[in-house]
Amino acid sequence: MSARPPMVLAEGVHKRFGRNEVLRGIDLEVKAGEVLCLLGPSGSGKSTFLRCINHLERINVGRLSVDGELVGYREVAGKLHELRESEVARKRAEIGMVFQHFNLFGHMTALENVISAPILVKHEPRERARERARALLDSVGLADKHDSYPSQLSGGQQQRVAIARALAMEPKLMLFDEPTSALDPELVGEVLEVMRALARDGMTMVVVTHEMGFAREVADKVAFMDEGVVVEEGPPGEVLANPRQERTRAFLSKVL
Amino acid sequence: MSSVRDTGYEGRPEEIRAVPVRRPGRWIAAAIVLVLVVAVVHSIASNPRFEWHVVGEYLFDERILEGLRVTLELTVIAMAIGVVLGVLLAVMRLSLNPLVSGASWLYIWFFRGTPVLVQIIFWYFISALYPKIDIGIPFGPAFIHGNANTLIHAFTAAVLALGLNEGAYMAEIVRAGIISVDEGQSDAAHSLGMTRLQTLRRIVLPQAMRVIIPPTGNETISMLKTTSLVSVIAVPDLLYAVQAIYAVNFKTIPLLITASIWYLVCTSVLYVGQYYLERHYGRGATREQAATPLQRVRGILSFRRTGEHFRTSSGEHR
Repeated sequence: MSARPPMVLAEGVHKRFGRNEVLRGIDLEVKAGEVLCLLGPSGSGKSTFLRCINHLERINVGRLSVDGELVGYREVAGKLHELRESEVARKRAEIGMVFQHFNLFGHMTALENVISAPILVKHEPRERARERARALLDSVGLADKHDSYPSQLSGGQQQRVAIARALAMEPKLMLFDEPTSALDPELVGEVLEVMRALARDGMTMVVVTHEMGFAREVADKVAFMDEGVVVEEGPPGEVLANPRQERTRAFLSKVL
Repeated sequence: MSSVRDTGYEGRPEEIRAVPVRRPGRWIAAAIVLVLVVAVVHSIASNPRFEWHVVGEYLFDERILEGLRVTLELTVIAMAIGVVLGVLLAVMRLSLNPLVSGASWLYIWFFRGTPVLVQIIFWYFISALYPKIDIGIPFGPAFIHGNANTLIHAFTAAVLALGLNEGAYMAEIVRAGIISVDEGQSDAAHSLGMTRLQTLRRIVLPQAMRVIIPPTGNETISMLKTTSLVSVIAVPDLLYAVQAIYAVNFKTIPLLITASIWYLVCTSVLYVGQYYLERHYGRGATREQAATPLQRVRGILSFRRTGEHFRTSSGEHR
């Protein structure tokens, strides 16, 4: 039994906002090195589930673990103990997240955005952090934008800075929350290209997306969510080409 | 009459040259304003009771400069207390702990709800309420122990009253600033492993500054003038200094003008400071930063000389 635990394991995960039950029993597994694409209509709970994985939201029922460790809790003798803030922060530092609206720090240049967390959280020497940041920005095709502020960049450029910022923490898992939904159509490609390269390098990724082409091409597994449950999951070839469930079929016929 | 002539794809289309609309109303309004200004200036200059020579005589009087020093000192210390207290109260107000946020709410409610003049007098007479003051651990040992009358004299009372009062106003300003920063910023910071304190200090507050600075400049200017209230408890500030002089020589009006000139000079300096602070914290918020007035003047001068537009390194606005 030396098999590596799954990178993400969700068992019967429920999440309520007040009386509104957003997640109603999610079971999902993502192995290390896998790319999982979450599909589904808006309001189906995809983004909420993603935010639960790095404890931006806390779950109400079920078990959710990352790399074999529970998210947000420690289990001692069958009892759950809440993690301290610093412990939660340390775990989040190992999980990169990319947001729909980029959320770049507006008062910092692209380079400063990328070095901020390594310096502040990992206490990396400034010069080393800058060096790595420069290489990362170059690798996402922004060699000439190091000193630009987010407001001076296009959406696609901002999102690529955001990906570089997340990668600077050398995460073992990357979460993408509709990374191309706020982009002009002609800018979607450049962001997907960076994500494709990341998947090729073996990064474990959970991607909430409406880009069916990307899901078909890059995902090892897709899961279709609706009304807080996973309706159907499997290899993209099966789920996207021959959906078994009526709801999946109805959704796909609208977006494809 | 306007004309637009398109010269086709070969040449550049001709710029529009139109006869502007006549606006006689503007000219009439300008004339009225001009007449009024001349009338006011004439009356001020020709009325001997202004006694401008007395103003000149006292403008750099030692006692008045000393009063000005006290006024500036009060302003700086009270604003420093106000800003620190304001940040603290704002963070408390946003706390999820109802007792903590409730305490902050109560503080703000009380200090905004009573006149600052009353608070100044109140602190001055605090010894009537607490003749002895112990500062230390509640119900435990005291580090500072003494008579209220000797611990809190007029200047201390003034600083306490102005600072504590300002804290309540600053708290609301800081809170508005913090709320103005998009929640996505905190999400991103947290997802990178930053703690709440790091997020507040490094990500949220610096961006909140853009919203916080302008009203804080306002508060500072307002504070400079509000310090004049402390003359009622005989703190020798600028107003108190001129009052002391005109109580003897009865040159009330020229001495009040002297004080006003100094207040105006100080507020003008603060205006300039505020402008550059806003510029500093506005970086990243606009695509191109507007040139400073100095850069603009230089631009106009170099335009006159070379006939070319002067551009700052960051690119000139408009």
